[in-house]
Amino acid sequence: MKNKSLVSINDFTREEHIHILDLAGAFERRPKQHILEDYVVATLFFEPSTRTRLSFESAATRLGARVIGFSEPGSSSVQKGESLRDTIRTVSNYADIIIMRHPREGSARFASEVSRVPVINAGDGANQHPTQTLLDLYSIRKTQGTLDNLNIAFVGDLKYGRTVHSLTMALCNYNTTFHLVSPAELKLPSSVKIHIKERNLAYHQYTDMSEVIPKVDILYMTRIQKERFQDPMEYEKVKNSYILRNNLLDNAKSNLRILHPLPRVNEITYDVDDNPKAYYFTQALNGVFVRQAILAAILGVVE
Amino acid sequence: MENTEQRKELKVSAIENGTVIDHIPVQSVYQVLRILNLMEYNDQILIGTNLESQKMGKKGIIKVSNKFFKSDEINKIALVAPSATLILIKNFSVSEKKKVEIPSKVEKIVKCFNPNCITNVEDVITRFDVVNKDELKLRCHYCEKITARDTMAFK
Ligand SMILES: [Zn+2]
Repeated sequence: MKNKSLVSINDFTREEHIHILDLAGAFERRPKQHILEDYVVATLFFEPSTRTRLSFESAATRLGARVIGFSEPGSSSVQKGESLRDTIRTVSNYADIIIMRHPREGSARFASEVSRVPVINAGDGANQHPTQTLLDLYSIRKTQGTLDNLNIAFVGDLKYGRTVHSLTMALCNYNTTFHLVSPAELKLPSSVKIHIKERNLAYHQYTDMSEVIPKVDILYMTRIQKERFQDPMEYEKVKNSYILRNNLLDNAKSNLRILHPLPRVNEITYDVDDNPKAYYFTQALNGVFVRQAILAAILGVVE
Repeated sequence: MENTEQRKELKVSAIENGTVIDHIPVQSVYQVLRILNLMEYNDQILIGTNLESQKMGKKGIIKVSNKFFKSDEINKIALVAPSATLILIKNFSVSEKKKVEIPSKVEKIVKCFNPNCITNVEDVITRFDVVNKDELKLRCHYCEKITARDTMAFK
């Protein structure tokens, strides 16, 4: 993995994913290890995402690295019209690794091709967000003890949710059975289903969440945005069907855990938070350990 | 049979050596010229269009003197002219016939259909993997979205 960019979840093999998860476990046990003391990490956020940026900066800082960069394009040369190509070429002279988030799809791949140093994609438009996927895998493995042969439900906006797309692709390595719950307008796109079909895995599509809950090990919730609907009436009709309330969990399996990439709006009611099946806040914490593991592995300071 | 075919060939004058690209859909003749960069070719090119064809009704044909294309070069035209046949001519006679094949990678010539793709915003050479040859589906190397036949535009 040393010096390899992480742009798309498929840039790393299944074995490399597992290796990252194992390393993340070690950082969870001992989070403060100053193994990046001589390193400079650049965080370039061409669109703001405080949560993701803080998670990366926390990971880098806990490893002793110095962090440079910008948190929104308004405060950088980008606003003066500098091309992405030039920004990346310049910054790659100043840092050992670049973490970037950008509103355009494919921007991170392009950056990795013009950069002298490895690039970690922290979200490129609606395309990929591989570190989120790895922290999701970590959370699934941690709560279920395995990644193999699980029944996993995705609920909400499966069309535009890149989190769902990347995680689906990654889970295709583990003989997952997929349960896809969404309004008809927001079904998983065929470009993602291709991956499931290529592996001959099973997927089932639903419009109702309640029939899925008793069958699954992981319930991965996502937000449905009103703007995604062509017809606002359609949104009004379906919005309540994709809200998880505590009483819906009555007949869930005991090992079921609820994940959510956060931030949530109203798709999980607050009464779920106290249910031991709610795992989304721990999931976010896991993100720091996973990002420590990714930084350490790509910079080659751990085996 | 051979004779009738040869006579039909002659509707557009014969070439001594080079490549005949036959059975081009009429609407794709211009695109084939562009994809093969033939606008900048300095030797003789004969172009026929709206010619009668038993197979296709109407067809286009392009004859390029003294040019023998590399297969990955010529296969790009399969994107717009999957029906095209290639006839290699040596000393006024047919030395080889073959069909074009959809390549496994496509560079430069196709635009990514995703308006939010970095290749449509910055000056980036497009690159695609052909993920389905029958339905013609190209996966963008950058944004990873699928450009299909019905959304395909050329640069
Ligand atoms: Zn693209």
